[in-house]
Amino acid sequence: MHQDSQTPSLARLSAIFVGVFLSISALSANAQTLPEVQSLMKQGQMPQALEKVDAYISTKPKDAQGRFMRGLILTELGRSADAIAVFTKLTEDFPELPEPYNNLAVLYAQQKQYDKARTALEMAIRTHPSYSIAHENLGDVYAKLASQAYDKALQLDSSNAATQTKLSLIKDLISTTKPGKPGASVPQPAAQPAVEPVKPTATEPSAAVTPPPKPAEKAVEPAPAPKVAETKVTEEAKAPLEKPQDAVSGAEAEVKKTLLGWANAWSRKDVKAYLGYYASDFQAPKGASRKTWEAERASRIDKPGKLQVSVDDVRISIANDKATVKFRQSYVSSSLKSSTGKTLILVKSGNKWLIQQERVG
Amino acid sequence: MIRQAAVALTLSAAVATAGAVWFKGADASSRPKLTYSDSGLEPQLAKIFSEIEGNRLESARQLTESLLNQYPTFRLGHLIKGDLLLARSKPISTFGNASNAPQEKLSDLRDEAIVRLKAYRDRSAAADYVPRYLLQMQSDQKNAIVVDTQKSRLYLYQNDNGRPRFVADYYISHGKLGAEKMREGDKKTPVGVYHVTSSLSPKKVGDFYGTGAFPINYPNEWDKRQGRNGHGIWLHGTPSDTFSRPPKASDGCVVLSNVDLDSLAKNLQIGLTPVIISNSVEWLTLDDWQNERATLNNKIEEWRKDWESRDIDRYLKHYSTKFTSGKQSLEQFAIQKRQVNSGKSWIKVKLANLSMFRNPGKDELVVVTFEQDYQSNNLSNQMKKSQYWIREDSTWKIVFEGAA
Repeated sequence: MHQDSQTPSLARLSAIFVGVFLSISALSANAQTLPEVQSLMKQGQMPQALEKVDAYISTKPKDAQGRFMRGLILTELGRSADAIAVFTKLTEDFPELPEPYNNLAVLYAQQKQYDKARTALEMAIRTHPSYSIAHENLGDVYAKLASQAYDKALQLDSSNAATQTKLSLIKDLISTTKPGKPGASVPQPAAQPAVEPVKPTATEPSAAVTPPPKPAEKAVEPAPAPKVAETKVTEEAKAPLEKPQDAVSGAEAEVKKTLLGWANAWSRKDVKAYLGYYASDFQAPKGASRKTWEAERASRIDKPGKLQVSVDDVRISIANDKATVKFRQSYVSSSLKSSTGKTLILVKSGNKWLIQQERVG
Repeated sequence: MIRQAAVALTLSAAVATAGAVWFKGADASSRPKLTYSDSGLEPQLAKIFSEIEGNRLESARQLTESLLNQYPTFRLGHLIKGDLLLARSKPISTFGNASNAPQEKLSDLRDEAIVRLKAYRDRSAAADYVPRYLLQMQSDQKNAIVVDTQKSRLYLYQNDNGRPRFVADYYISHGKLGAEKMREGDKKTPVGVYHVTSSLSPKKVGDFYGTGAFPINYPNEWDKRQGRNGHGIWLHGTPSDTFSRPPKASDGCVVLSNVDLDSLAKNLQIGLTPVIISNSVEWLTLDDWQNERATLNNKIEEWRKDWESRDIDRYLKHYSTKFTSGKQSLEQFAIQKRQVNSGKSWIKVKLANLSMFRNPGKDELVVVTFEQDYQSNNLSNQMKKSQYWIREDSTWKIVFEGAA
């Protein structure tokens, strides 16, 4: 199971292998030693690399970089127990570094100690919440733990689960520079790919009508506008929006944000916030008075049970201070599940966009 | 956040759609407090589902872990754990996402989840109402058992001066092919009024039957009259590697998890404890139950008095045209009674230790047993008697009578 995770893992692995090696600025004395060790490692001359790094460490026993490389070499040599000891000690001496935790997890996972692997990865993420490799590895470990649980639940023969998850070893102590530089590709928590529609579509054939990509949902959280660089999955899903994304005008972004905020308030059943998205001259359906309409909305929304409103396939056109937003609205409550095309007409009022008209279609 | 919401939706929707049940945490907490002594695992299971519904997946996972610490062989727990873990790795689309899972095993576990949660949600019925079947427990019967096969539930009642008082309820498995056993090997659980006849040593019967096995007296007199056959219907436990079996799993036996069987066993009196198995238990309010019980009690008392009166026609009108006793038909029985009666100058009949258990199902039938002390000018005897009373022409009549 989980075949799909393998290819990206391997790709990532090699990418890091040739990646820029950032050493700690503090080491100047034997500045040449570590690159030599690294080049020996690249040539696959592990025993020599080990010898060199041991010599280096004897002069600088506290040096994180050297010890980290030693851990890598031991891993390559298949000396898992020794490698585990090295990385464990590193986590104790440098609890703020995520890489040793990650590599410890990789070693534990190799030994099928998935619970320990999980704990180590969670530590890595705790120190560096945006560490994408650790997130992806954690995702794989969870899948593995899940598979073990399923085996117990269903009395399956787990021998066919021979496809051992290959977790990515981190080759560099990159975080010792500065983690999560905003310019660099911003790693998403690995869990994020799950943003794909997870509704029980299997049970609902009609759900196939809904366009599967749901990039809009992700942005419902009042986070800054989504970065262009995101996980691959989401990028693909985003295809229809890709072009406008770059060219998103300020106004368009504002309107989109308003739309998402509106859907979010609705989902939260925050009636006050929800009604706040409507302009004072909102044209209530069937000519109802604002008061009647508000009361009707409030009673509709504020019902017990779950509610999830999301939008996708959003098309925005703006002329002067008037925006027409067409989108697909997915509505899921305990009693109803629907997907409808909707049009909102918003008007700019001060620095806010407010809904003036709302109609189906 | 969104991902979690979707997961919760998926998990509970998958369970809910299957059984048209929607598990709400609020339901449980708004119920009045009960004399509910069976802690069991349903409260924990319900809590886990309510955490999932509330998007508190980490809390749900921790609760599942702690449940599994207590019951390491609880397979449904492992399935939920698997889903909760997998949800952190990738989107999940159904309840039980194991990619190589046999569908049958998955649906078994899903069914188990549904009946367990439903039983927990509806648990107040057992305490607030009375099962229609327990009309009168006999004074030396400490407890009575009522089984609901559709709900996969066994209810234990205590005898409180003839009135059943709810003690505990347990998840059970029954026949693979359901209830209303007719034939040997039909993989069905019988429906009717039975009692525990013996206790078999777990060592002798083997690990498959768990920590105990208690045969019941299927087929009973009524079953035999209906042409039902088969044998070896037991209450028993589960194998050591299995906490519980799916709702429909046995060859006709009623299967409890070993912990539950052990606590039930303490309350069983061999040869005495009634076991009433129903497709779907009918619950009565205490008033309705009192009425049913009084009506039948009066009828039995009438029968006794009419017997003492030596007015043979009045006596015989209590018997159904379909009556049999051993090989005797009603006609033969009547002839014999008339003969005997002619020699009597007085008759005294006393009944003691009476029990009345209504037979579940369509037939309006009550199994009555008592100790009968018969005295007359020329004959006296004491016996334990069993009668089947049937509702016929809107009154109760005896359709079978014999030594119990």
